[in-house]
Order: sequence, then C-alpha cells, then structure tokens
Amino acid sequence: MIAAPVVSVRDLRVYYGTLSGTVRAVDSVSLEIGAGEVLGLVGESGCGKSTLGRGILGLLPEGAASDGEVLFGDRNLVGMSDRELRKFRGPDLGLIFQEPMTRLNPLMRIEQHFAETLKQHEPGLKDKEIRRRSLETLGKMGIPPTRFNQYPHEFSGGMRQRIMIALALVLRPKLLIADEPTTSLDVIVEAQILSILADLRRNFGTALLLITHNLGIVAEACDRVAVMYAGQIVEEGNARDVFGEPAHPYTRELLRSTISLDTTELHSIPGAPPNLIEPPTGCRFHPRCPDAMQVCPARFPPEEVLEGRRRVSCWLHTPDERAGPIDRHPLEREELALAEEA
Amino acid sequence: MEVAEPAADDVLVAIRNLKTYYGLRGSFRQRLIGQEAGSVRAVDDVTLDIRRGEVLGLVGESGSGKTTLGRTLLGLVPATEGSVRFEGEEITGMSERELRRLRRRMQIVFQDPHASLNPAMTIEQSVGHPLEIHGVAKGVSRRRRVAEALETVGLAPAEQFIDKYPSDLSGGQKQRAVIARAIILNPVLLVADEPVSMLDMSVRAKILQLMLNLKHEFGFTYLYITHDLATAKFFCDRIAILYLGRIVEMGPSKAIYEDPKHPYTKALLRAIPEPDPRRSVPRDLPRGEVPDAARPPLGCSFHPRCPVAFEVCGWESRDLRDLLEARWAGMPEEAYEAEQAVLGDLTRLDVSSTSFRLETSAGRSSSDIATLLERIREDDPEEPFWRGVREIRVSDGQVEVELNEPYAPRLLPMSAVQVECNLYDEEALARVEAPTIPGR
Repeated sequence: MIAAPVVSVRDLRVYYGTLSGTVRAVDSVSLEIGAGEVLGLVGESGCGKSTLGRGILGLLPEGAASDGEVLFGDRNLVGMSDRELRKFRGPDLGLIFQEPMTRLNPLMRIEQHFAETLKQHEPGLKDKEIRRRSLETLGKMGIPPTRFNQYPHEFSGGMRQRIMIALALVLRPKLLIADEPTTSLDVIVEAQILSILADLRRNFGTALLLITHNLGIVAEACDRVAVMYAGQIVEEGNARDVFGEPAHPYTRELLRSTISLDTTELHSIPGAPPNLIEPPTGCRFHPRCPDAMQVCPARFPPEEVLEGRRRVSCWLHTPDERAGPIDRHPLEREELALAEEA
Repeated sequence: MEVAEPAADDVLVAIRNLKTYYGLRGSFRQRLIGQEAGSVRAVDDVTLDIRRGEVLGLVGESGSGKTTLGRTLLGLVPATEGSVRFEGEEITGMSERELRRLRRRMQIVFQDPHASLNPAMTIEQSVGHPLEIHGVAKGVSRRRRVAEALETVGLAPAEQFIDKYPSDLSGGQKQRAVIARAIILNPVLLVADEPVSMLDMSVRAKILQLMLNLKHEFGFTYLYITHDLATAKFFCDRIAILYLGRIVEMGPSKAIYEDPKHPYTKALLRAIPEPDPRRSVPRDLPRGEVPDAARPPLGCSFHPRCPVAFEVCGWESRDLRDLLEARWAGMPEEAYEAEQAVLGDLTRLDVSSTSFRLETSAGRSSSDIATLLERIREDDPEEPFWRGVREIRVSDGQVEVELNEPYAPRLLPMSAVQVECNLYDEEALARVEAPTIPGR
C-alpha cells in the first residue's frame, strides 16, 4: 500500500451499450496513485485504457455505465451527480488530452483561457492574482510572458501542449490524467514534454496517470506501470522491475514486439486483441499466449502479489498450494488462421 | 563529391538539386495589389539517388519536407526546380498523361490506413481500382488478381476479405489491403509514407515484416518516409536525415546510427523514448521546435536549436528575441517587466538581420541597455548566441549589435556519410580566428 493514495480505484467497471452488445471496456480494475507519483498505463488500442482514464474522472459518454469505487479522499466519485463531480474537476482532478489544438478555443487569447478557468473554480480571485498565477505556471512550462495575450494559432504544437498542461496545473489539481499527451508531437518535442511531466511531482506534487501505447515513454517518465489487456490490468508494479523482468507473458511479448534502436529481429504477438463484447473465457490473453496452459481458458487467474509489491494475474505465478489442483499442461491449439492477424 | 557514384543501372531514381516550393497565399491586400506573399521551401536543393533494390529511409520531423519530397518524385506535386529521373526518364514537367504511364511502376502507401481506403468501396473495388484505371484487368480476372494480391499480403483466405468494406477490417488489416493495392500492378518503386506510425506497437512489426518479405519476393525498391528513427534503423539500408527541406546527413544506416555526425541527428537519436528501464528522460535536448519554413533561419536552419552552433552558423536578430523570451519565461513578473522596459519593443527583432539596433525608450539610456545585455550574458555565458556577437556598440540613443556573417553549410562527404554542418567544414571554421565549439 502507498502511504496515502491520492486516488484509489477499486473494482471499477465501465461498460458501453452498443447495437451488437455490451462492451466491457473496463472490467474490474483496481489501482492506486500516490501524491507525486507517476503511474503509466499501457496497452494496445482498444484495451480500455482511455476509458479507464475517463471513468476515473467520471467523464463517460452517454450509454456508458460504471460501477465500483473511485475513492478520492473519503468520497466515492462513482455514481456522483454531474453537479457534484464538477466541483472536483479542476481543483482536484485534471485532464490533458491528446490533441491540444482542438481543446483550446481559437477565438480566445491564452490570457482569457486562464482567466476563465481560474474564475470558474476560484471565484473572487483578483485579476492581478490571476495574472500572477497564470504567468508563473506558464513560465514553468517555458511559455514566455510576452506571449500571454496571443491566440492559440500563434503557437506551435509543442507550445500548445505546454499551454494545455499549464491550464490544468494552474488549479493545482491533486490528480492529473494525461491521455497520450505527446502522440501528435515530434520526437524532440515529445521528449521535452515528457521531461516536464516527469518534473511535475517535484514542482507540483501532483499524482499523474500517464496513458500511452508507447512503452518507451513509460520507461522514461513513470515510477510505476500498469499493463492493461482487454479491459483488465494484467500486471502492475515498479516500472524498472516490470520492464526489466516482466512477469506476465503479455508484458513480455509486448516489450519484445516494440521496435527500438536495439531491435535486431522483428517479433510480434500472434493474433489480435479480442473484442470486448465477448472476451475469451478464463485469462483473456490465453488465445495469444505462448505459455498458455490447460487451466488458462477454464478459469480466470487470481491476482498474485510478487516481490516489490508487484501484482500479476497469471496462472504461471500462482503457486500450487494456492491454485489447488490445476492442469498445468500446455494448451494445445490449432494454428492461427492468417485472417485472425491484425 | 568523392562518394563513389553507383553504376548508372543501379540508380532507379536520380534526384538532382530538387526544389519544391509552395507559394503562400498572402493577405487580401497583398493579393489585391499583386504582391508576392513569399513561398515555403518544402524541399530545398536536394540531391540523392535511390538505388535499385534498396530501402532508402527519409527521416525527419513534421515540416522537414520528407512527404513533399516523396510526392514530388511521384509527380504528385510539381517540382519548382531541379530534376527527378525515374529509370532514366525525366519526371519534372511531365504531363499527367505521361505520368500515368509511369505510375504503374511506382506506387505509394499512405500513413493513415483508415483514410486511404474509400469506405464506400469493397476491398475488391479498392484493391482492384489500379487495374481498372490502367486498363489491365476487369471482371473475373480483376477479382482473381485482387484475390492473389490479398493472399500475398497475408489477407488469407482472400474470400474472407474480398467482399468486405474497410470498416470491417482492423487497422493492420486495412494497411495490408493498402499495400495489396500498391503492389497489384507489380511496380518497381514503393514510396511508403509513415506506413506504420498510425498502428499499434504490436502491429507495426507485422507490417514491416510483410514489407520486408515482399521486397525479397518481388525485388521492390522502397523509399521509407518516417519520423521514427527506431523503425528506420531496422528497416533501411541507407538513411537521409531531413531538416527544413534540406538533407543534413546521409549515408549507410549502420554508419549513421553508430556514429551520427550532425548535431540534429544526435539529438533525434537521444530523444527516442526507449523501453529500457535504466534510461531516464534526457535533459540536454535541443530547445524549441522546427521553425516556420516560410521564414527559415539564416545560415544553418538548425542553428537556433543547436547546442554546438558557433560563430558563423547564422546568428540573427530573431535569435536574441528567442533568448530573451526563454529567459523571461519563469522569471518573476516584476523582474521581467523591468527588463522589458529597458529593451522596449522587440518586434523589430523579428525582421531577420545580422546587424540591428536597440533604441532607448523613455527614461532609459543606451548604457542601461548595454548593461542589461551584459548581465544576461553573464547569467548564461554558455548560451551559443553570444558566440555569434561580433560587436555591441553603445552610442547616444541606441545600442547597435553586430553579428557575424552567416556561413551557409554545405553537404560534404565525411568518411562513410555526407554531412551538412559547419563543424566539419574547414572553410567555415576558417572564417573565425578561434571558433568556440563546446566539446571540441
């Protein structure tokens, strides 16, 4: 357990209703983030990581329902009315989106964006104070005061993302969720933004949930990492430990298939992520898992806590005395048809 | 150029001094009085060869001109100047009709598989479209050719896909269909513009593997356009690094990755987020972003961001403005306002110049300005801008700043690679008595 988690998510489920059935986008997820901690959330597209981020903030579209607990202090955000939730967003909970341009109003100066945000959440703040706080936060993001009254289009992509981060930070939220904050940026600018995010804990003491599909980003900027597959967290722990010695076969395969400067041979995970309307039985990764055993499709693996507070859900790590009589013989499967490939 | 010229047969595409400029539209007033609004030099004097059977990587950030270069050599964008010869035939200036004949031999795979297939066409119609356009096959024979192409790219059995619509396919499957369409006419050259960057990490390897297999099977030549140095390292035989429309470094992949020469290449390599837990976020990154190509920096385009830029790399008035703004970001408001009052209006610095004046404003003398400049310099003496300052003259009512004349870098051969950087150019170094180059 972390000393005092800023947010603690327990058994969170987020389901979407669609014409073809119920999509279980987030299915029984538990995690905690402490003050000044950066938790990376990784997984392939469609694994539910963005939905999890939004579910924590209560920002779900119509047709979605959530269940479980998102404990923020002593309050459960799940099931709270929009009106109540709104009080938490901003001063307590912040969100940074992927596309900075679409989130800034093109007709408003940067100055107005900050004034609006601050006035909304802290009515009674004097103009001078608004200016001081805005400039201070922008300055920490490397935006000079000379550009305070410019419009969004006058800034480059990287600067807009810095402005978005400043706009979230000016309210000093305790928890910040960044959903793929660098995806549309160039590699050098991406690295600049990552170093800003990695410094948040020092400069602001903010708890940060960094959602990304890029394992490199997690390795560089996060303290802990949670690996998500088909709506569930399959492994979570210290980022160095998890990347150095992955416990879950999915984490291992995902790391192996990432192309980096050290790649000498291409590797990929056979098959494609499952649809979340009718996910595979038992462990959801079993149809693609090179280590799958007879037990895997039959029963869902319990969560084990390994050394260093690492959590993993995989039968490989469940000792016999806890697992009981399970069949650990390799799972025989027919060859995957090429058509199943992504 | 002492680089061994490959035998003429080896060269599939020969690009010589290619320039592709886009005209800017300008304001209503400018158009009204017929004034030129200037242009963006998307591709600025590029010379390179694509050899038969190789994978040439064109690597750069957004705005580097890599996509425009790819499109110019396919004739999709008209060249402004220079020459592109495809199998010995000059492409620039060709009519659309003549180009169409050549397009059977050169195809393109776009970045976004979701946008490159018509959602209202079945896979058979989309993938078979080139056959129809070029009058190669239709009806039953088209269907047969499409099925073959689908199986070649791994969409097998083809019956499962041929009558589907793009929306029924995953991202990776769509990209396979796009590749099937690109190879159905059996081209020799494939221009692949960021073919995997929209795909998940776990799918990228599959698509790259497919492209490698196709190359072995059919002997394709690839121009691989990307911003991703990691996939390029694995995939390419040779690499050209582009920055603001110019090649800054080019050579065999091995040489470039083992011993990058250009400061920009070095920065790009350092900035890649690696899934290696022993690394942490690099701190010594180039500042800022790729500048506006409509108003490129003087001298070397990379100099404003370059940590090792020296006296003659192209210092100009705009660099002082950037320096001041960077300094003011994060300064207490009072301190910043005090300094701004001394320097007055900075918009004059926006007009690029190597010799400019800072005029005094009410209540501030020229020696105040000079003192402030001196203090800024003392606060960060390592700031490369100061290397470019030749003289600061204080006179009545103004401070004149003289910067060194820029030396435009040249693409020069250096052991295995070619590099466009003044650091390696004896003539540029000779312009200065004792160049201050950190780490040299």
